[in-house]
Amino acid sequence: MSKAIEIVDLTFRYGDLLVLDAIDIEVELNEFIGVVGPNAGGKSTLLKIVLGLLQPDRGKVTVLGTTPSKARKKLGYVPQYPTFPRDFPITVGQTVLMGRLGVTKPFAGYATSDISVAEQAMTETEIQHLASRRLNTLSGGQLQRVMLARALVSQPELMLLDEPTSNIDTRLESEIFDLLKELNKRMAIVVVSHDVGFISKYVERVACLNRTLVCHKTETIDGRTLQQLYGSDVHMVAHRHS
Amino acid sequence: MDFFQALTQHGFLQNAVLASVLASSACGMVGTYVVVKRIGFLAGGIAHAVLGGMGAALFFGFLPMLGALVTAVIAALVLGLVKLHAREQEDILISAFWAAGMAVGILFISQTPGYQVDLMTYLFGNVLLVSKQQLLMMLILNVVLVVTIILFYKQFTAITFDEEFARLRGLPVTALYLILLCLTAVSIVLMIQVVGLILVIALLTLPAAISQHYTQTMKSMMGLAVILGTLFCLTGLGVSYSLDVPSGATIILVTALAYLILTILHRCRT
Repeated sequence: MSKAIEIVDLTFRYGDLLVLDAIDIEVELNEFIGVVGPNAGGKSTLLKIVLGLLQPDRGKVTVLGTTPSKARKKLGYVPQYPTFPRDFPITVGQTVLMGRLGVTKPFAGYATSDISVAEQAMTETEIQHLASRRLNTLSGGQLQRVMLARALVSQPELMLLDEPTSNIDTRLESEIFDLLKELNKRMAIVVVSHDVGFISKYVERVACLNRTLVCHKTETIDGRTLQQLYGSDVHMVAHRHS
Repeated sequence: MDFFQALTQHGFLQNAVLASVLASSACGMVGTYVVVKRIGFLAGGIAHAVLGGMGAALFFGFLPMLGALVTAVIAALVLGLVKLHAREQEDILISAFWAAGMAVGILFISQTPGYQVDLMTYLFGNVLLVSKQQLLMMLILNVVLVVTIILFYKQFTAITFDEEFARLRGLPVTALYLILLCLTAVSIVLMIQVVGLILVIALLTLPAAISQHYTQTMKSMMGLAVILGTLFCLTGLGVSYSLDVPSGATIILVTALAYLILTILHRCRT
């Protein structure tokens, strides 16, 4: 097993609409890669194909050396929006524990080892003080960390995040990305974002996706690349985040 | 006569209390999933379709409860698959099951001698007529429910909480969902004797819905729903006995009234 993701000649349609057109990409096992592009450019679709939730019309997708659905248990996934009802009667701790499903024992409750892994993940994402809080009492940023912790407890080899910071402010955004940078020491990370300027500080490569996909080393991104990507004039403002 | 005094003297009242407790514990546990997964209408479809099975069983000389159980499970499986694979047809098919099931039941019952008493009992329940045999069956079904829920508690919670995530963790979401619906079917059959199949939906959803306001977790929501359901059933039973009015309808009115008051109180507080 040499790559986290290998995609060859991938094509995907929703009905007649061509969403992904002849995509090729390889992601290394220790890589931190950003996927950027306009809305409806196919970013979330690409993630769902890697997760095995959608089947491609053409092309070969290999994840951690096997098919997406077989690799599933070694994947961590943080969706763009919570895929659960906020008013569900459940605590933060129990939500995080759900990431152990598929790894833990099949019957009755969770094992002691599951609970210690969950505590570790909550410490790492700095939500351990929220463990007994109910989900509907959390802020957007806290909820995002819960979903990150839930993905972490399955001890993934590849973490996929879909716009993990779209609902939170810039200061928290940096904190989340600092954390991802730290996690990158032990897993591959693919993060979908709309904010090229922001993520280029963290990731090694940026995959620009708008039906077709072009990869760039972060240092080479300029106004022309963005114009090709977004299809109109884009003003690139040189700025530093501190 | 005082209800409590009568309780010590009459076996049928003691049976009624036992049946209420058994039905309430089933509806508290399963009702919690029905409420959080928002499948009240689907559960209503199952409940009404059951009359078809009860009528057929009566006509062919089987135990009506057995007919109810078989029909409920079949309805649960069919409607569950429809919900998963043809969502746009869901409410139409639930309505069809709802009405066609009742129609089949009415036709069978009308061809069976002495139908009037039975029909009213099935529709609105009569907990005072519960037999020892029915109590035993309720107890067995309750044990099945409790054991299944304990074994698969975390899986059931996962699929009701976040279906996509459960699928990504490799859980057999479809199978678990169908099992959960079968449990719903079983508990509906349990409750029919107490409140009848028309009123069943209220007892299945309202105690759990109240409980949701005051609890933090699924486990505690179930626990409180069981306690509330038992309380409502016994209060309704006592009131109906004292006023000499039908028990099923009284139990439901007590439950609905409690839901109304507690929900308004909860809204005012938050």
